[in-house]
Amino acid sequence: MTDHLLQPSATHSRRALLRTLGVAGLAAGGSGLLLPRRARASKTLTVGWVYVGPKNDFGFNQAHHEAVLALKSTPGLKVLEEENVPETEAVEQTMESMINFDGADLLFLTSFGYFDHMVKVAPKYPKVQFRHQGLLWKPEDPANTGSYFGYISEGLYGCGIAAALASKTGKLGFIAAKPIPAVLRSVNSFTMGARSVNPNITVQLIITGGWSVPAKEAEATNSLADNGVDGIACHIDDLKVVLQTADQRGIHSCGLNVDQRALAPKGYLTGSLYNWKTPYGEMIQDVMNGPSLPHLLRGGFAEGFVRMGPYGPAASDQVRSAVDTAAAELAAGKRFVFTGPLKDNKGKVLLTAGQHFAVGDPSLLAMDYLVEGVNGSLT
Amino acid sequence: MTGMVGGTVLLAVLSGAVRSSTPYLFVSLGECLTEKSGRTNLGQEGILVLGAMVGYAGSYETGSAWAGVLLAGFAGSALGALHALCCQLRRVNDVAVGIALILLGTGLAFLFGKPFIQPSAPMLSALSLGWWAVDPSIRAALRVNELFLVGIGVAVAMHLFFLRTRWGLIVRTVGGNAEAARALGYSVNGVRLAATTAGAFLSGMGGSFLSLFYPGSWTESLSNGQGLIAVALVIFARWQPLRCLWAALMFGGAEAIGPALQAIGLSEVYYVVAAAPYVLTLIIMAISCAPGRRAAGAPGELKIA
Repeated sequence: MTDHLLQPSATHSRRALLRTLGVAGLAAGGSGLLLPRRARASKTLTVGWVYVGPKNDFGFNQAHHEAVLALKSTPGLKVLEEENVPETEAVEQTMESMINFDGADLLFLTSFGYFDHMVKVAPKYPKVQFRHQGLLWKPEDPANTGSYFGYISEGLYGCGIAAALASKTGKLGFIAAKPIPAVLRSVNSFTMGARSVNPNITVQLIITGGWSVPAKEAEATNSLADNGVDGIACHIDDLKVVLQTADQRGIHSCGLNVDQRALAPKGYLTGSLYNWKTPYGEMIQDVMNGPSLPHLLRGGFAEGFVRMGPYGPAASDQVRSAVDTAAAELAAGKRFVFTGPLKDNKGKVLLTAGQHFAVGDPSLLAMDYLVEGVNGSLT
Repeated sequence: MTGMVGGTVLLAVLSGAVRSSTPYLFVSLGECLTEKSGRTNLGQEGILVLGAMVGYAGSYETGSAWAGVLLAGFAGSALGALHALCCQLRRVNDVAVGIALILLGTGLAFLFGKPFIQPSAPMLSALSLGWWAVDPSIRAALRVNELFLVGIGVAVAMHLFFLRTRWGLIVRTVGGNAEAARALGYSVNGVRLAATTAGAFLSGMGGSFLSLFYPGSWTESLSNGQGLIAVALVIFARWQPLRCLWAALMFGGAEAIGPALQAIGLSEVYYVVAAAPYVLTLIIMAISCAPGRRAAGAPGELKIA
């Protein structure tokens, strides 16, 4: 525990000192002058990760951190991590400090709001590669920048199957942070999965309005349980409170981002998990051995960027085999999450029989509707 | 159908009031005691967050949730004492110290709370007062935590303290007219130190409820300004402990309205309804702080009333 407390603060104070003393001098003297690129000389690759929250948050940030832990022992690789970096100028200072003082060659910026700051800093360091987690990169952005993304919503299709098969009431619930395309894809994928095994199932949507608002999330879980919902999934940053409350109320729950079985030992079914190890491993190999690092790297089940989580004890054999089959078919391209006939929940036709949206279809990336079966509204 | 919907929302609001009101209750009682002595402690938000973190960490380390609650109280009172001591210095403004305390409290909580985000601490248990009910949602609504009952007890005790005891009278005198208190030979700073420290003990305990019962976890976004809202709530309660109880229940209920309406399918206005507790605060401030109107019941020495 002492280590936990001391290490980050030591790094912080060192960084803070270097920021005040060094950055001005560097701006004048150029990056190579103060600190020679020892990293390059000894042929190790230094890679930095920047997180917006704590790296052990049981959620989004931890998913990245777990990949870093898994890759850490790669020969010739040195890893840097900084957590709780706000989406402000602070991230520019973090980037500059990782490049100038730690000799970073490749930076991964894991939060949405880092993008503009990356585009601002990248032209100053043409030899450093910058990659941003998201879907924002455009060809006109600096040549040493790019985006990577995992289609986490695909796994929610599997969660929907699990929750629907386990449901007795036919009512499921979804707790969503904000009505943006990435979240709506999750809500709709969950509903598509549920309705693929039981067309009569309904999904009650609650939007909390924030990425992490524990009091509202707990209240939402209780309200859903009060209304007969017996299975919950969510797209929020930190699922601890929802999963614990769901277990207290004796209803099923699904996880997101990382394995969260321990939080809901009674009712946890499965989860949609990131497998960042795969894309990070690929990108690091690309930089180490060539040929070149792509600007865009996106994937879901097929690419191994996303996977279904381990099953909780509440998942029956029937649930396990149905979810396994669906995940395998999605990965093989034999099944698609959004398949016709499909209407939105206001009756507008989205797909006719036989049609489907391919993974990464532009209309999925701009999703602004709720599919049939979701009780909820976006206005 | 309308009746059923109304019933569902009413039940949700009532159960939300019982579930969510405890932190409001403790912080507003703590602030009530502080303000009765003539000082405003805006730092309650920081004390609440630090209390939440220390409560969780204490419960995890000692294995007893109630030890966590006590430790949270002590952590709170340390910040309260700091506030009182700073305010004794010449030309120090209590409101400004309070704002600094918000930053200090949350900063300390985040710094030392890092290793406690992941582990699961022993939680406070609940009394199932709804054992008689068949409907599981009523049974869930009546899962009452002991700390809520303690809060009710504290409200009644504080009411009697101000009304019936000599010490209560001294606190009220110091808060009402410091010169008179000094003339009577009481140490104004000493009384304020005691009142602020004791008040902050209550606020710290309120914080531990957030992490040890409901929502029941330590995360850095645990409080959404409940500590600040509770300060406004004291004005609404006219500095009377028993009224703090009703006001806290009202704010707890207001928090439940948004999710309750969405859970039954009325989701069109969720942003408006989600703002209910804050709108309620604004209305209270507007009514009680209108120009030229001195809030009735305010201690005479209080600067912001």
